[in-house]
Amino acid sequence: MSGEAQLLPGTLELLILKAVSLGPLHGYGVLLRIGQISGSALLIEQGALYPALLRLVREGLLKASWGISENNRRAKFYELTARGRKRFREEAEGWNRLVAAMATVLAAQPEEI
Amino acid sequence: MRLIDSVRSLFKSSSSTSEIDEELRSHIEHRADDLERSGLSRAEAERRARIEFGGYVRYKEESHQALGGNFIEILFQDIRFSLRMLRKAPGFTVAAVLTLALGIGANTVVFSVLNGLVLRPINVPAAQGLYMIERGSDASPQQSYPDYRDLRDRNRSFDGMVAASIAPVGFDADGNASTIWTNEVSGNYFDVLGIQPYLGRFFHGSDEHGPNSSPYIVLNYEFWRSRFQGDPNVAGRVVRVNKHPYTILGVAPPKFRGTEIFFNCGFWVPMVDQEQIEGFNQLEGRATRGMWLVGHLKLGVSPAQATADLNAVGTYLEKTYPKEDGGSTFSLARPGLMGDMLGRPVRAFLAGLTLLAGLILLAACANLGSLFAARAADRSREVALRLALGSSRVRIVQQLLTEAGVVSLTGGAAGMVGSMILLRWLSVWQPVPNFPINLPVNADASVYGIALLLAIASGFLFGVVPVREVLRSNPWHIVKSGVTRTVGRRVTARDVLLVLQVVVCCVLVTSSLVAVRGLMRSLHSNMGFDPQNVLLVNTDLDMADYRDEGVPLMQQRLIDAIETIPGVKNAGLIDRMPLGLGWGTNMVYRDNITDLKASTSAGEAFTYNTSPGYLKAAGTTLLSGRLFARHDDAKAPRVAVVNREFARKVFGSDQNAVGNYFKVFNGARVQIVGVVEDGKYKTLTEDPQLAMFFPILQAPTSATWLVVRSNRDPLSLTAALESTVRGLDPGLPFTILTWHKELDSALFAPRAASISLGVLGALGAMLAVTGIFGMASYSVGKRLRELGIRMALGAQRKEVLQAALGRACKLLAVGSATGLLLGLVATRVLAFIVYQATPRDPLVLAGVVVVMLLLGLVATWIPAQRALSVDPLLLLRED
Repeated sequence: MSGEAQLLPGTLELLILKAVSLGPLHGYGVLLRIGQISGSALLIEQGALYPALLRLVREGLLKASWGISENNRRAKFYELTARGRKRFREEAEGWNRLVAAMATVLAAQPEEI
Repeated sequence: MRLIDSVRSLFKSSSSTSEIDEELRSHIEHRADDLERSGLSRAEAERRARIEFGGYVRYKEESHQALGGNFIEILFQDIRFSLRMLRKAPGFTVAAVLTLALGIGANTVVFSVLNGLVLRPINVPAAQGLYMIERGSDASPQQSYPDYRDLRDRNRSFDGMVAASIAPVGFDADGNASTIWTNEVSGNYFDVLGIQPYLGRFFHGSDEHGPNSSPYIVLNYEFWRSRFQGDPNVAGRVVRVNKHPYTILGVAPPKFRGTEIFFNCGFWVPMVDQEQIEGFNQLEGRATRGMWLVGHLKLGVSPAQATADLNAVGTYLEKTYPKEDGGSTFSLARPGLMGDMLGRPVRAFLAGLTLLAGLILLAACANLGSLFAARAADRSREVALRLALGSSRVRIVQQLLTEAGVVSLTGGAAGMVGSMILLRWLSVWQPVPNFPINLPVNADASVYGIALLLAIASGFLFGVVPVREVLRSNPWHIVKSGVTRTVGRRVTARDVLLVLQVVVCCVLVTSSLVAVRGLMRSLHSNMGFDPQNVLLVNTDLDMADYRDEGVPLMQQRLIDAIETIPGVKNAGLIDRMPLGLGWGTNMVYRDNITDLKASTSAGEAFTYNTSPGYLKAAGTTLLSGRLFARHDDAKAPRVAVVNREFARKVFGSDQNAVGNYFKVFNGARVQIVGVVEDGKYKTLTEDPQLAMFFPILQAPTSATWLVVRSNRDPLSLTAALESTVRGLDPGLPFTILTWHKELDSALFAPRAASISLGVLGALGAMLAVTGIFGMASYSVGKRLRELGIRMALGAQRKEVLQAALGRACKLLAVGSATGLLLGLVATRVLAFIVYQATPRDPLVLAGVVVVMLLLGLVATWIPAQRALSVDPLLLLRED
């Protein structure tokens, strides 16, 4: 448990965009991929994924279509739209800037001020 | 953008619901697949997957919101859910919808009537400035034509002033004469009221040049549609009115029916033609008051200023015509209901009805409140489960409010449809036969608006009740221990509401019983005649243009012919029916009085002109002296038959009266030849009145009622009567009806009161039944387990019943007692309308008690059965 981090508000969407940017995924697949690339460091309640996914669909960043999963079950697959790709780049850059800035601030030593 | 989304998702809403469901389920299955691969059994894997997923309902709803995020879709979802829940509880649904339908329906009807008769201004441009001019201390609307001319020409406050009255005429457009009522109006009528013709033109003041100078009529729109099939070329056609040629000038606009709401006449005719229309010309009779005046105030003149102005004219009239115009004071009243004459009682009655209807709605709401509260208690478990599964309180409250909304709108719609049917029927109803009265009470937009508002308001009023319970409820507690809240012993708001409801119901039942008893009593009271087995033939010889000597000759021929019809016992003539719509009174003086004025008169007596056979045909008992004979004609000394009250008041006793003399208004001495029993002349509720009967040959009149008494079913004589009258003169319009039917006009007010109170009483009773039923089944349902334990421990049926229903019965008793007391007070008001309305009537009191007992029995029967049929074993095994 100690290795897991609570998500900041608003970051779930970015994670979803990232996960889907690597290739079309169904909901459970998104979850698996986030777990896989984060090394299970991020804690996401499974159900919470869906409101976020559907919000992104509504904003036109993702598009969804029904298909058959690797388990041979019907599932809904999500992929990025052109707008979604653009938004993902912007958000990722914004996030990186924020992280860099936060890191600089937090790393500051007393003598530097 | 959001709106478009909302609308779009409206159409795909049901598909998206199932899609979300499918997607979430697919997720759980995928997770379960993985867990199964890690070695769990399938069932265990699925259980674990569901737990890991989190609050399914909550995420589903959130996804929904994420997708459309819209109010409408959730609303539809809630509505569908509500409908499903309501279908599952048909008893509750029917009770709630019916309760509300009754409450809303009653209020819609009462409000429409109020709106049609009182609130809505009459259908005339600038109706605000119109006032009816009333005369004297008793505010009589009746005025004379000479006074009208003086008031019209000498006032400085009115733009214009019109005179109007109504009269029946023989109307013949195509060779068939029939009786039609007409408005006789002054020539300036349409100009002063500002009415524009729908077709053709109107007559004007400038068309009048003395008696019978203006042979024009203007058709009422409805009459034009029904009688002339809306013929666009009707203007210019010549028709016969009482056999005189009259030209149709035009058609009045739709919905214009004059200044008086009740009257609905076929056409308008200038008043200067009174002689041809009514058969006499009273336009020069200053003391002959038979028309009403309506004036339009000048801009900026207040009613008080106008009254002062009219009274200045009144002072002039008193000075100039002291004999006819003594006591000429004037006042203003709203037009529409014959000034205050009809206006005051109508307004008072409607105010009472509105109050009762409001109480009914209140009772309905109280009822619904307790029904919904009972339901909320029943459902607390379901709500708790939904809360535990992650549904938010806001969503549940929203759903409960939706359910309340569905019920209230359904109930409101049902009530509205019912009231529309009733109102349509009321609008075409002719309460008084052969008289152009009807009630224009069709609902308009404001009525629909009010009904909708009432439905929504009451929906939210009682919708809030369960919400409180939801917000308070603790899901863990309820799910764990079941519904075991203690039954409170203290007085709750619900108890107060229920008592209030029983009180309202009991007041209504009491007053309707009092009204019905009064009506029955007035039907069997001594009216001074016996309407049983009597047919009336109403004719106006004037309509067939009989004149002078021709009138009594024809009348005698009619009587003679009718008396030869087999089955006819006697027949007689009278100029106007006692308890009919018109009446005439005259001052009478003792024989020794020489200065004849109001202060020296011995009283005012109802005056009737009759043929010798009338009193016998009417079944009026002769107490002493004799009835008229044929020799009491114009050449013989003037004689009269008076009633007992007259004899007592003028001569001290009935024995003294016969043979004695009295004087009438013109100073003529009249000898009394007989005394008959007292009767009712104007209203059934009047005190004993003076009445006198004169031989028709000494006071000729053309408008008469033939009273035909038979010794068999009077209706079997109708055909013979008709052919007899037709045989004498095919061109004479007449109507035949039973005396009972004719009495409808006298009985109209008490009947209307009884019917409306009866309907409201029935509504109140139904509401009380559903209220008590709701309360009783609620308490039984809540204590079912306790009752089961009691029975298992050996409680008797009586004890179980007492435990289950004691409280409901106690509330019923308290409410009934209070209601009975209040009802007794309330019925004092009824005494003005209903004959001898007294609540101190053992039958009424017993009736109320029996009705309330029956209601209680009906309402608690099912819950009692349920309580008694409790199977302790089954109950204790449950949960």
